[in-house]
Amino acid sequence: MQNEILTATGITKRYANHTALKSVSLGVPRQSIYGLLGPNGAGKTTFIRIVNQILAMDEGTLTWNNENLSLGHIYRIGYLPEERGLYKKMKVGEQALYLAQLKGLSRMEATRRLKWWFERFDIMSWWNRKVEELSKGMQQKVQFVVTVIHEPELLIFDEPFSGFDPINVNILKEEILKLREKGATIIFSTHNMASVEELCDHIALLNRSEKILEGRVTDIKSTYRNNAYIIHYDGMESSLRPLLHPSYQILEENLEEKLKTVHIRIPKGTGPNDLINDLLPHITIHGFSEMLPTMNEIFISKVNEFSTMSR
Amino acid sequence: MNKIKLIIQREYLSRVKKRSFVVMTFLGPILMAAMFIIPVYISTREGDIKKIAILDETGIFRDKFTDTRTVIFSEVSGDIATLKGHLADSGYYALLHIPKTEAIIPTSAIVYSSKQASVTVTGTIRNTMQKEVERLKLEASGVDPAVIDSAKTKIQLATFKIDKEGNEEKSFTEVSMVIGYVGGFLIYIFIFMYGSQVMRGVIEEKSSRIVEVILSSIKPFQLMMGKIVGIAMVGLTQFVLWILLTAALVTTFTAMTGASLSEAGSAQMLMTENSRLAPSNVIPDEDELSGDELQLVLEAVNTINYGTILVFFLFFFIGGYLLYGALFAAIGAAVDNEADTQQFMLPITIPLILSIVLIPYIINNPEGPLVFWASIIPFTSPIAMMARIPFGVPYLDLVLSVTLLTLGFLGTTWLAGRIYRTGILLFGKKVTYHDLWKWVSYRG
Repeated sequence: MQNEILTATGITKRYANHTALKSVSLGVPRQSIYGLLGPNGAGKTTFIRIVNQILAMDEGTLTWNNENLSLGHIYRIGYLPEERGLYKKMKVGEQALYLAQLKGLSRMEATRRLKWWFERFDIMSWWNRKVEELSKGMQQKVQFVVTVIHEPELLIFDEPFSGFDPINVNILKEEILKLREKGATIIFSTHNMASVEELCDHIALLNRSEKILEGRVTDIKSTYRNNAYIIHYDGMESSLRPLLHPSYQILEENLEEKLKTVHIRIPKGTGPNDLINDLLPHITIHGFSEMLPTMNEIFISKVNEFSTMSR
Repeated sequence: MNKIKLIIQREYLSRVKKRSFVVMTFLGPILMAAMFIIPVYISTREGDIKKIAILDETGIFRDKFTDTRTVIFSEVSGDIATLKGHLADSGYYALLHIPKTEAIIPTSAIVYSSKQASVTVTGTIRNTMQKEVERLKLEASGVDPAVIDSAKTKIQLATFKIDKEGNEEKSFTEVSMVIGYVGGFLIYIFIFMYGSQVMRGVIEEKSSRIVEVILSSIKPFQLMMGKIVGIAMVGLTQFVLWILLTAALVTTFTAMTGASLSEAGSAQMLMTENSRLAPSNVIPDEDELSGDELQLVLEAVNTINYGTILVFFLFFFIGGYLLYGALFAAIGAAVDNEADTQQFMLPITIPLILSIVLIPYIINNPEGPLVFWASIIPFTSPIAMMARIPFGVPYLDLVLSVTLLTLGFLGTTWLAGRIYRTGILLFGKKVTYHDLWKWVSYRG
């Protein structure tokens, strides 16, 4: 596809006693935030290491803008691994320069860009300090800077928010969104689906070395909608049950507060307007929204479906 | 290629800039120089003159004891019991009592001293008495002392090596021994010191978790080789500085004290000479070097073909380091911390220790079959062959040893590269030999 920065076709990776990836195909659209989701051991890190050419695949092809991925492409990828760190005894500035030069920047260019980033994160005064003297939060900022310093077109973050404190998580999210605006494509890999759900516009689900689902987040959610709605209301003290047609299913009710809440699933063939019409004469509606499934719920239902299929 | 240069540069600079490197660079030569200087210094120290009182009841040894630089004799008279009683506050270091005996020529004596009498003192006394008694006995059997003096001879044994073409070459076994020993030992130390630095460097990268960050820019093999080469350059820098500084120190010292035997010469020459001469200096005056002998030593030192030895020393020095350095790197990659290295260290340590234990055997018999194999097999050859080279090694043996060592370090580097690329990304797993073998046999 023209619009994909990275396309994987039939990627397989075997280790001595297990297969880490079984013919995985996926496409990462340009300038998207792409979530690579799945439980631990699903093969996410193996896939990412193959993209970074740390590991070689056994079968399949990987293309970058329709050309085969080659050694030169690593200069255009920024990678923040799950197991990350810095030389503890090395000075911050010197170390950042070293890592930037390894990514192909000249010493002068690296110095210029690092100064810009260090000023921005307010860590310039730490340039000549050893990494071990820095707080964990500052080390994380340095780590982020060296990941993006070469202005890569593709950024890969493996479990990006684990180990970062909440303030840094916010800074990180803001910076990532800014990078995307400037044209970068971002891949998030995580087992903690809630942490990236709000950020991602595309996702792929991996389970047991295989891709079980891929697509645009909004499309997937509407596919997996289950016609459940959430209503905040007041004006009626007892349950809404007697007001509703028996085919409507009340999932949850909270009548304790002044503003009451109810979750209702409506049968197929009816729409949300039917529900509102039924209720409008009796209660004052303060809020009405569709209950979309979380990625986690979709994942679980998909895994179940998958295992019954293979049975 | 440019990136390996970056890695070598970092490995080199980060170590050379360390305080411990600077301290060791200056401390090393001071310690080495001290090894040569202290014995000489002690023996020439003026403040340490020992006065010995002699009570010679036989009268035979009157005026026979001559003062040396460190021992002064004076004859006393009186009763042995009172002399013994006052020894502690008499200012004498020791009292030599030669009692009257039934025999005309006495052959025993007693030394009393408040502290354990030193070897220098007893040695000097024994020598003097022995010479005098021998002279007396020979005289008694009718031999003219002049004949005895003229009969005293020192043999100067010159050894020549003859090659197949019949060319003669003067050889000096002692000098070869010293060079062989020092050369082999330096290689041993270098392999161990800098090999374990490679291992610690790899463990540092692994435990600080920076390794995957770096591996997103370069291949594991490049990282490993960069580290091995960078640390080798640190080691070479340190050795060159040591040799220069030691030479400077020894030269300065000898110039200051005038105790030097030779003004000219490289550090190597100074070192060999001094270590050779040091033992005879411990007991001074016993066997002072004559001009002839000094000439011989200088000649011996000069016959050694330093150019050839240096070239081979450098080859075995670097070859041995590369062979073991790669293995050290593999161990570092396979473990999570230094405590876990023990189980893998043993196979590396054994051949190294074996070759160092073999050195005395090699320099005593540089042609034996065990020596041949030790100097051919790459795991022992860097040290064993280095000890053998000063004695002259057949061309074929050298070629074989050099070829096998080259193949050896290419082999271990290949092997280590395969262990390294898998191990380096593996955290929190206790690795066994079986695992290592699996990693080596992985494809791709």
